[in-house]
Amino acid sequence: MPKTYTRLDLSEAVYREVGLSRNESAELVESILRHVSDALVRGETVKISSFGTFVVREKGARMGRNPKTGEEVPIEPRRVLVFRPSHILKDRVNGGKADAPESQREDAV
Amino acid sequence: MIRSELIQRLTEENPHLYHRDVERIVATVFEEITRALADGDRVELRGFGAFSVKTREARMGRNPRTGESVAVPEKRVPFFRTGKELRLRLNQAQTGQDRPAQEE
Repeated sequence: MPKTYTRLDLSEAVYREVGLSRNESAELVESILRHVSDALVRGETVKISSFGTFVVREKGARMGRNPKTGEEVPIEPRRVLVFRPSHILKDRVNGGKADAPESQREDAV
Repeated sequence: MIRSELIQRLTEENPHLYHRDVERIVATVFEEITRALADGDRVELRGFGAFSVKTREARMGRNPRTGESVAVPEKRVPFFRTGKELRLRLNQAQTGQDRPAQEE
């Protein structure tokens, strides 16, 4: 059964690796998520090298159908978020190459 | 926004931290998510979204050039599902008049 990690696990990792207080580690994790979210809401693409890219895509209006009643309903144009994993992430998920020692990685892919 | 800009913004917000510490913090967070996914686990970040791994079954593929059949083995792919709050925020901004042009 897969385990589910949460913010708490991420901030524990920061606490262990970087040695900030638990409180501050949690705040930094929150700040990272906030900055990424805010950029996406502004319509920016967010590219985290060696991890992946978050892209906001515009979806046009279209007619949908209520699957239960068969009724046609208009679907408004909307923005959806798409995550494109990097090759490094894809390889790791497939049991591939464990990468450079964690938390030592730089921007370069 | 790219990784280095994220680090830059966090460094500005946290003047008591060294730039290299902020780099490590950012690297640790994404490494931890990567490690969880590599173990087949999920990462659920309320309001932001959830990362999980999906399994694509083995199938017979075809070499498009030669038409030859090739076995494609089962593989696992990372998957992200946007959280409710972020999904709502993405679409609230749409009704606002100030929609900055897409970067990159």
